[in-house]
Amino acid sequence: MKVGLFIPCYINAVYPEVGVASYKLLKHLGVEVDYPLDQTCCGQPMANAGFENDSFNLALRMERLFQSYDYVVGPSASCVAFVKENHPHILAKGDHLCANKDKIYDICEFIHDVIRPTRLDALFPHKVSIHNSCHGVRELHLSTPSEENRPYASKLRNLLSLVKDIEIAEPKRVDECCGFGGMFAVEEPAVSVCMGHDKVMDHLSTGAEYITGADSSCLMHMEGVIRREKLPIQIIHITQILAAGL
Amino acid sequence: MSTKHAEAATRFIADRAEEKWHDETLWMVRQKRDKMSHSLPEWERLRQLASAIKLYSNSHLADLLEEFERHAVANGAIVHWAKDAAEHNAIVEQILQQHHAKVMIKSKSMLTEECGMNPYLMEKGYDIIESDLGERILQWMHTHPSHIVMPAIHIKRQAVGRMMERVLGTEPGNSDPTYLTHAVRKDMRRKFLTADVAMTGVNFAVASTGEIVVCTNEGNADMGTSFPKVHIATMGMEKIVPNLESLGIFTRLLARSGTGQPSTAYTAHYRKPMNGQEFHIIIVDNGRSEILGNPEHFRTLNCIRCGQCMNTCPVYRRSGGYSYTYFIPGPIGINLGMLRNPRAYSDNVSACTLCLSCSHVCPAKVDLGEQIYRWRQQLDVLGRANSMKKLLSRGMKCLMERPALFNTALKFAPAVNLTPRMLLYNRLNAWGVGREMPRFAKQSFNEMWKTNQIEK
Repeated sequence: MKVGLFIPCYINAVYPEVGVASYKLLKHLGVEVDYPLDQTCCGQPMANAGFENDSFNLALRMERLFQSYDYVVGPSASCVAFVKENHPHILAKGDHLCANKDKIYDICEFIHDVIRPTRLDALFPHKVSIHNSCHGVRELHLSTPSEENRPYASKLRNLLSLVKDIEIAEPKRVDECCGFGGMFAVEEPAVSVCMGHDKVMDHLSTGAEYITGADSSCLMHMEGVIRREKLPIQIIHITQILAAGL
Repeated sequence: MSTKHAEAATRFIADRAEEKWHDETLWMVRQKRDKMSHSLPEWERLRQLASAIKLYSNSHLADLLEEFERHAVANGAIVHWAKDAAEHNAIVEQILQQHHAKVMIKSKSMLTEECGMNPYLMEKGYDIIESDLGERILQWMHTHPSHIVMPAIHIKRQAVGRMMERVLGTEPGNSDPTYLTHAVRKDMRRKFLTADVAMTGVNFAVASTGEIVVCTNEGNADMGTSFPKVHIATMGMEKIVPNLESLGIFTRLLARSGTGQPSTAYTAHYRKPMNGQEFHIIIVDNGRSEILGNPEHFRTLNCIRCGQCMNTCPVYRRSGGYSYTYFIPGPIGINLGMLRNPRAYSDNVSACTLCLSCSHVCPAKVDLGEQIYRWRQQLDVLGRANSMKKLLSRGMKCLMERPALFNTALKFAPAVNLTPRMLLYNRLNAWGVGREMPRFAKQSFNEMWKTNQIEK
């Protein structure tokens, strides 16, 4: 089983430590993992803004980069969901059959469903509030969407429960959007900031010290709000907790 | 370079207390809906069935509508077909003329709103009275609905009280809801008794029986149709369901989804005209046939107008119904506006983070969020793309397709962290409005990997 680590552009640029934690974690779990060099972007920002054609070459490039791997695993649910849901029809315009769609996983999904560890060596003596991100929940089913009448299950919560000394909380509006939405954040700044603020306050009201989740993009948005408003909470990607102490 | 929605939303949010109230009030309706949907173990099965029945009905419209007409005519109704709003309004006017009618009392209908019927008839001297309380308030205030199910949700009772002092002579300063409702009821009672013609919308039309179903909470449709000699029911042609068994799926979903009630207080079935009454049914196309022929968007015809996509939409809750340029706001309104006239209503397409909550809350499984994504892909072709976003997209494409350039950019990016605040945070930086900029890492992951700084 060969896993290609998928590091999205903004993680490369802003949160390399998330990439490092992801690599360490997978390796610690005994996975044969490699990072195909010179990755850039999956094309989601352009497509969500309405310029899907600008994503074509990037989708094709990702196909080539991960050609020889059995799995593509990335620490960003939204980017993974984009590859899964949208690369196929984008690539179809150039008569290319998308291979990544069936082998790409969000890292939590991969660890939870494929590796299925029963224990982790991580230690994180803090209270965290889980950020259930929209695409992670409603496209990748990392947790049950609050809109649906199905028994509640959360892969993030299950994984975090393996961490020693951690206390886990969730916000009242359990999977309400944080307002990032890619270019939405700059095209509708008033609504976006308002949503970001409300979401951070909801997390803060749990008494958590950290907001954690599978999407660094939502975390990046909320970090912007936290730093501007100087709020007493921090963000941390879930892989950094699962790899804590490794 | 922002859209009309973004500008209107900014004005709405400027009154933060008002925005918070609006957000929380509509979220409460979403929670009431959740309580209802979670009380039915078969909820997801019902949604699945509703979606399948709608897809069946809408792909067999011609047959089902003719079956409906056959039965309705046999029941004694008079059935009219209107290809567009103009034909619809002309048919209504003609019926009013035939009966020398002056006053028409009507229950709530988004279709008459869509057809611009009230202004059309009122200009010709007819008195059209809305009998739904929310709609009546809006009529007195000369404004239009901000939500399709709770049309006056954005208006506070104090404002209603002040308005009623003027139109009904209620006590100054009294905004007690019960008091005000009684005052309206007293005024309306006379109108119910003396109106010449009654009009209702249609929630469902049953092909196998030729009956129509009207759901209200106030009983105003029932009261309205009880006295006049003429009842006109007007329906979009996608309101058809095959039979009573399938109707049951929808009546179970409608109120639970719409307002979080097990059912509407009144669910009226109209099959035959009452003794001495004329019963007209108008079946309206007004663009629906074209939607049906649109493979990317025909599922919007599944919509049963419950309005829950608005309550769940984090953008709608924080920007209000009037921030949209189409008369139907929220996720379904964004889509219906684009189907009506994409060049005219493209300003609403920005009002979505693609969170997809709407698609998951919808009782008839309209893929609302996915459709908005698809509309965005059309904006450039329509000449309605935001030029700033287009530039950003092209810039990103250029950079991301060149890994060497991207890697070099990342090497220099940390310098941005040191940019003086006044250069970084200004009017041109929409991110900086309420958020600090992300800080670039000293070294990218790619660089760390390449230089073996990660223990392998």
